[in-house]
Amino acid sequence: MSAIYILWLRQLKRYFRSRSRMIGSLAQPLLFLLGLGFGFGPIYQRAGGGNYLQFLTPGILAMTVMTTAVFSGIEIIWDRQFGFLKETLVAPVSRLQIMIGRTLGGATVALIQGLIVLLISLFFGFQPKIFSLPLALLFMFLVALFFTALGTAIASVLEDFQGFQLIMQFLIMPLFFLSGALFPLQGLPKVFTLIAAINPLSFGVDGLRSSLINGAHFGLGVDFFVLTILTMVVLAIGSFLFSRIEI
Amino acid sequence: MIIQVSKLTKKFSDLLAVDGISFSVEEGEIFAFLGPNGAGKTTTIKMLTTLLKPTSGKILINGFDPQIEPNKVRQSFGIVFQDPSLDDELTAFENMEFHGVLYKVPKDLRRKRIEELLEFVELWERRKDLVKYFSGGMKRRLEIARGLLHHPKIFFLDEPTLGLDPQTRYHIWSYLRDLNKKEGITIFFTTHYIEEAEKMAQKVAIIDKGKIVALGTPNLLKEKTKTDSLEEAFIALTGHEIRDEKANAIERMRLRRRFHR
Repeated sequence: MSAIYILWLRQLKRYFRSRSRMIGSLAQPLLFLLGLGFGFGPIYQRAGGGNYLQFLTPGILAMTVMTTAVFSGIEIIWDRQFGFLKETLVAPVSRLQIMIGRTLGGATVALIQGLIVLLISLFFGFQPKIFSLPLALLFMFLVALFFTALGTAIASVLEDFQGFQLIMQFLIMPLFFLSGALFPLQGLPKVFTLIAAINPLSFGVDGLRSSLINGAHFGLGVDFFVLTILTMVVLAIGSFLFSRIEI
Repeated sequence: MIIQVSKLTKKFSDLLAVDGISFSVEEGEIFAFLGPNGAGKTTTIKMLTTLLKPTSGKILINGFDPQIEPNKVRQSFGIVFQDPSLDDELTAFENMEFHGVLYKVPKDLRRKRIEELLEFVELWERRKDLVKYFSGGMKRRLEIARGLLHHPKIFFLDEPTLGLDPQTRYHIWSYLRDLNKKEGITIFFTTHYIEEAEKMAQKVAIIDKGKIVALGTPNLLKEKTKTDSLEEAFIALTGHEIRDEKANAIERMRLRRRFHR
């Protein structure tokens, strides 16, 4: 337990010490909120969708959590490069504990980042249902866990930053754009609905949206179930890949 | 015998890095692994310390097999790697604390030892500074202190003095010899500085192209090769050819970073 705790604590310390990273990773979600939220607001309203900022904010929260989480997972590549990974790998601690500590640390950081964006969105006029906030937190944490574990799994097989851009372009961006974060999934072409239905982020977005403002596409229960299962699967895969790391 | 290795082999896809080496180290001994670049020294250390799986062969560290009981092996040794393995964003104290918790050293004992060890390597005053502001020599000293925190029986050092100035080298070796005398800790180090092996080690293994070409006390090696110094013995055994080491992915990345700076 103490090993998991110290690994978790290390991630948090690193996060709070790198202000530039914190601020840098807030820029993108805020830009999306402002640019899209206010830019498309009038059209969305005229089309009968209601308040676009209300609709968009849960999607942006999910995106923030996902991005931070994936990159927290990928931090292993940094640790490898700066040698710190060796220090963790020669320690008399099971690989599973190391993986869990890191993942919880990364997920906590992603959750905090999501909370900051949520807080800021309130100033932009976002009005969530206060009483179901704990539910929204749960979903954010699930999204965070899933994507940190995914990042860890990816980082366990990448040797250096060669594949880094690929991940950004071919994983994070598509997942975000095809998740229903920006637009309702109802009434889309079949192919599109299908893609959204196999995109893990869709369930995070849907869970967050229905707990914060109502209007579920898949339904809260489905969202929770799918995310939990996926998280367990990817945690298992990540642990396996992590345990095979040789330096 | 605290370290026993027999017929240890490591094959990478296109390269036989370690080729059936056998040796053993007695408890309390200072043992040097001497060899040119790319001889297989680091690969051997990595196999001894559970970081790499051997292709074949048998290892016993403090009586445990790294493949079967890796955590018992890990508890038995401390290590200082060739490249820094500290967290630059943490302070010296936090790096020590992290290590102590991972190795399950109880809190009171941990705090006491951290103070002792940081005093020992003369870094106690700097304990609250982030490691990224430390010089190469300070980092190496901190790694030595950290590696000793859980009172290991064996201390592995991979090129412990590489890239350090003579003063720091001298200091580091006086700590290590002190430790070896007082605590009886077994020291296993790799080096390509011949005088270091000659001065510090009681037993030297000369390794070249993945094979141990000679093993014994420095004097014995000189006698065997009928040479006056270990340096001549070394050249006599390993030849004059200059070695090129293949860079692995991480080294390649480091090189690129240097270019971009």
